[in-house]
Amino acid sequence: MRSASRGFSFWMKGLQAAALAVAVCFSLGASDAGSRFNDLGHRLMCTCGCAQLLGECNHVGCPESGREREELKTAIAAGKSDKEILDWFAAKYGATMLAAPTTKGFDLVAWIAPFAVFGAALLGTVLLVRRWSVGKTQAMAGSDLASVDPAERARLEKIRRETDSGSDGGF
Amino acid sequence: MAAFGSFALLIALALAGYNLLAGTLALRLIATGQATRISPERLADTARRAGIASFAAVTAAAFALVWSVFTNDFSIAYILEHSNRALPAAYKFSALWSGQEGSLLLWAWLLAAYGFVLRLTHKTDVKLYAYAGTILAGIQAFFLAILCFAAPPFALFQGAIPDDGNGLNPLLQYPEMVIHPPMLYLGYVGFSVPFAFALGALMMRYPGEKWIKVTRVWTMVTWLFLTCGIFLGMHWAYAVLGWGGYWGWDPVENASFMPWLTGTAFLHSVMMQEKKGMMKSWNVWLIFSTFLLTLLGTLLTRAGLVSSVHAFAQSSIGTWFVVFMGVVLAVCIFTYILQRSHLQSEHHLESLVSRESSFLFNNLVLLTACFVILWGTLFPILSEYVEGSKVTVGAPFYNRVAIPIGLFLLFLTGVGPLLPWRAASLRAIRRNFVLPSIALWATVIVCLVAGVRPWKDGALDTGNFYALVAFALSAGVLTAILSEFLRGAGVIARQTGRNLIVGAWLLTRRNTRRYGGYIVHIGVVIIVIGLAGAAFNRSVESEMALHDKLVIGPYTLECAGFTQDANANYNSEFALLDVYKGGKRATELKRDGWLFHLIPLQMAPEKRIYLASGQPQTMVAIHSVLEWDLYVVYEGTNPDTGQPIIKAFLNPLVGWIWAGLVVLVFGTLLALVPALSPATAAVRVPARAPIEPALKGGIA
Repeated sequence: MRSASRGFSFWMKGLQAAALAVAVCFSLGASDAGSRFNDLGHRLMCTCGCAQLLGECNHVGCPESGREREELKTAIAAGKSDKEILDWFAAKYGATMLAAPTTKGFDLVAWIAPFAVFGAALLGTVLLVRRWSVGKTQAMAGSDLASVDPAERARLEKIRRETDSGSDGGF
Repeated sequence: MAAFGSFALLIALALAGYNLLAGTLALRLIATGQATRISPERLADTARRAGIASFAAVTAAAFALVWSVFTNDFSIAYILEHSNRALPAAYKFSALWSGQEGSLLLWAWLLAAYGFVLRLTHKTDVKLYAYAGTILAGIQAFFLAILCFAAPPFALFQGAIPDDGNGLNPLLQYPEMVIHPPMLYLGYVGFSVPFAFALGALMMRYPGEKWIKVTRVWTMVTWLFLTCGIFLGMHWAYAVLGWGGYWGWDPVENASFMPWLTGTAFLHSVMMQEKKGMMKSWNVWLIFSTFLLTLLGTLLTRAGLVSSVHAFAQSSIGTWFVVFMGVVLAVCIFTYILQRSHLQSEHHLESLVSRESSFLFNNLVLLTACFVILWGTLFPILSEYVEGSKVTVGAPFYNRVAIPIGLFLLFLTGVGPLLPWRAASLRAIRRNFVLPSIALWATVIVCLVAGVRPWKDGALDTGNFYALVAFALSAGVLTAILSEFLRGAGVIARQTGRNLIVGAWLLTRRNTRRYGGYIVHIGVVIIVIGLAGAAFNRSVESEMALHDKLVIGPYTLECAGFTQDANANYNSEFALLDVYKGGKRATELKRDGWLFHLIPLQMAPEKRIYLASGQPQTMVAIHSVLEWDLYVVYEGTNPDTGQPIIKAFLNPLVGWIWAGLVVLVFGTLLALVPALSPATAAVRVPARAPIEPALKGGIA
């Protein structure tokens, strides 16, 4: 009992040390003002119809991307916020210039639906597992196996394991 | 040749139609036991033979098209549009799938080839194969009908025949494009076979789980082809498109990824059916969905429903696919409702923490990922319908939504194999999870110390955060899998008196499915590490005059010259860049016969202008080492200064993606190899207490 308590204490200390290390390292984050152009360039689309992000559009003689990149640089230099810049581009070129739906109106559905479906599916799976587990417990309680003595049950289990060929992992 | 090809397609359609109708009639007569003048078994056999003959007819049509490409028969409109005289021979084959009609012909031919193999091996289970063959004939008849009436590949060019063709799309003139589309199609088309078996087994109320064993090889081979096709496409995008990435969440890329996800879910969940008799309905619907998603992928590619960079082969045959998908879905639903009593499963789980549960969660995550991608792909259409205006759903959406789901899947990849069947005791969990947990947290600390910062300017940097989580989970999963290997190998080594390596080999041979699967998981982990490297990509762009330098990471590129070249197919201009690393000239291995030499590294990014089409094309120069790729693009010349513009990327860990694929392929092939049976000898012992009644009581 005492050794179990010592083991628990050891693991708790280990976890505390790891958490402290993580906190220290997180606090060392560096700032990079030059990355805004790159970041915003990857949140906008090129409007020439190439279906590429503005920051990645690279085809020769693209009539749009060069000018749009210059507009982006100008907006950043003017000290506008990310939201103001994105709104300005959306107003000038249309909503399709934004590389992802906004979080307003019907666009919000695009963001909510995946998480809603995931949450519902997760809940459904947990409930299903619990239901199937309960079914099994009840079935086991009512079966003849409950009356088999432990030694015999162990022997039957051994037979089951040895005869249970086929997949037990992988695919 | 055009008349021969068209005639061959008509014959093939007639044969597939006969296969479908005669096969259906024969199976109906067999099922009802109705007495007829002609034996239903003989009728079914004639249907099977018609199916075999249709393969010969489609092969003849495909041959006619390839022949026409090689003989520059520009009287055929398709050849005129997709080939030219100067096109190199290897790319003349690519012309077969570079356009709508040709790619549909390739689809029909591959389907006929799969059907041919299936019908030749019908003795495995005559009745089940008859059902599957008839269903395949139905799918084949659909594709042949499109080829004969909606998208004929042998349609003649109207008017004066030009002396030369328009040439192949330059994007397709790359070695991988000779194998990427056929590989992808082998995957797409291949899922028709497990679909046909599943539907056939349901229609005939096939007893037991044997149909899964019969289709396992088909499903795995198909999955492998699809996997290779997707990765070849990624590598092609990386090496040809010149944007420094390999996956752009383009609708057509998504279309290939969705059936892969459901196919992967199926490969995992069928084990539950084999082992426990569970999830029968679920498995049937998984394979139905996979097949429907392959059709949806084709619909997206062909019909131009959503905007895509894959604009090689768009047309108006979308209606055909929508109708066919509707028919397939109706048949699936009708059959399921009619036969669902046959799929009743015994659902028993002993614990939430067990291998069985992990399979359920694995399926949940894979299916959610599939939904997210389908949702993102179709949302612009939905938005246009509801709001009247389209929106773009691009990489930022998927990166935010799909990556967390992918990381959860990676977590399950490590946890699942560590959990025993039925129930996991606390002791087993502690024993199995201590090492992976240590590896995971050690990796977090090492990454943080090495400078991977999940925060920037006081806010969460999602790219770095996901990369950190991916590295940590990968370390945990790798440790989990390797410790499983070592534990088993240690037991075998002790039993046989051999060393650990031989023990690991014997262990793998004794259960190729399990350990082949583990190797596949190792491949997935290596791929994830490679993908996580994208968070640290860097790039720099500059005009470069002679002897100008460009610095990126530890590399310095010095312009040694610019030159031009020309051949019958294209004109090209390229830069010659000497590469220095840490002040010294970088080197690369060059093969000379059987020997390898270290030579100074010079990169030559290129830009080509294809003469027939007048279209430009980049040829990226890539220097790949374990830690990163130095990726250099010749972007063209500045019209004002006349100087070339060079863009260089430093993409960490990209090589790991391709290495992971190799491991994944090896693991899959290993899982296909039959396991080594342990040597056994019969030993007579006196009978103990009878076990039969007890077996009947609850174990059997």
